[in-house]
Amino acid sequence: MSRAALLVLADGRFPAGGHAHSGGAEAAVRAGRVTGAASLEEFCRGRLHTTGLVSAALAAAAALGADPVVLDAAADARSPSPALRAAARRLGRQLLRAARPAWPATELDALAREFPKGAHQPVVLGLVARAAGLGAADAAHCAAYECVGGPATATVRLLSLDPFEATAVLARLASEVDRVADQAVRAAHRVLDQGADALPAASAPLLEIGAEAHAAWPVRLFAS
Amino acid sequence: MHLDHLHDGPSAVGADARRPDGTRRALRIGLGGPVGSGKTATVAALCRALRDEVALGVVTNDIYTREDAAFLLREAVLPPERIAAVETGACPHTAIRDDISANLEAVEDLEDDTGPLDLVLVESGGDNLTATFSKGLVDAQIFVIDVAGGDDIPRKGGPGVTTADLLVVNKTDLAPYVGSDLARMAADAKAQRAQLPVVFQSLRTEAGVTAVADWVRARLAAWTA
Repeated sequence: MSRAALLVLADGRFPAGGHAHSGGAEAAVRAGRVTGAASLEEFCRGRLHTTGLVSAALAAAAALGADPVVLDAAADARSPSPALRAAARRLGRQLLRAARPAWPATELDALAREFPKGAHQPVVLGLVARAAGLGAADAAHCAAYECVGGPATATVRLLSLDPFEATAVLARLASEVDRVADQAVRAAHRVLDQGADALPAASAPLLEIGAEAHAAWPVRLFAS
Repeated sequence: MHLDHLHDGPSAVGADARRPDGTRRALRIGLGGPVGSGKTATVAALCRALRDEVALGVVTNDIYTREDAAFLLREAVLPPERIAAVETGACPHTAIRDDISANLEAVEDLEDDTGPLDLVLVESGGDNLTATFSKGLVDAQIFVIDVAGGDDIPRKGGPGVTTADLLVVNKTDLAPYVGSDLARMAADAKAQRAQLPVVFQSLRTEAGVTAVADWVRARLAAWTA
């Protein structure tokens, strides 16, 4: 693997549309559940062990070569909120667009043909990692980190939170991100033997409910 | 999934002039500029001026609402399916310059769903004087400022004022009321932009958007030549 390729893919400036999404933070801020660094940390921790774990396992399984069509259906089954499914597909499509010139690969071309309107972002992420010569652990780390990095950045904008405090939250969560990624990779290996049912199905009902409410707001800063 | 080996290459990345099926895509023109300078009003006027000549669509980039798209829908300048709104996560300049993926998708979906189109206008949410469009997103860009925003803006320059393919100084009818010196603005713009064109317009006068529409027509002629 190339460690530098991992940095390119994991960079928050990678132009794949993530900047317009808050990962549920905007709904949580409006509901008064995230009000500062401490509650942001709890929010991120919750997201990491639910959505983050599922996303990381999907990404790792895709990176190991599991069938993306099967993984995409498994992602659908694990996302009750239609708004979140739509956002995941939009982000998957945008990631694929940004990744194809970066790491041209027939697998990515085939994925674009199979899913012209986008596959779930973590599945795309896993295949992109594969195209970039990265492994399952890299893909899982990217997915797990992204799932906390997005809300942290968004909260800086939403609450005018001190950016140093927000970054410190991410630093404090780092070892947990590592553990979730490891757990995800173990699950991904089981997927190869046992099929997609071996994927974790940890869910965060408030994120799902919040996403549905958020999608109906007439005025909002973030797309999700 | 079937992994065949037909390598299509990336579909319409960046500024590819052709769509995946080989046909020429629509000309894309970006409109940027500060908040309240009249971008949406100019887009609406352009739609009215051009809609009987060319097939066109509009992509709006609002900061936190769908106000601009809603305005265009209310004004009925185009059928609703020809207007798409991109949400920018509080950063229009990111969505039009640094991470153009959502805008490219909106443009391509418009062409897929309602095309073939000749022209797509991509309107930025109001931003600062440094906000310019990526060449990967648009073929040409118009920067819209207005006389009420201060007649020193052309002198101050910035990437929008100095590099846009067309600079529009809007609301000239207000100049006497806000103490803006149009001659000075014209001289400063000339100094900043050398040969690049500048249009002074008031949408409240008879001429309205005519000069800008003519500029767009010339761009279209060059694009389809």
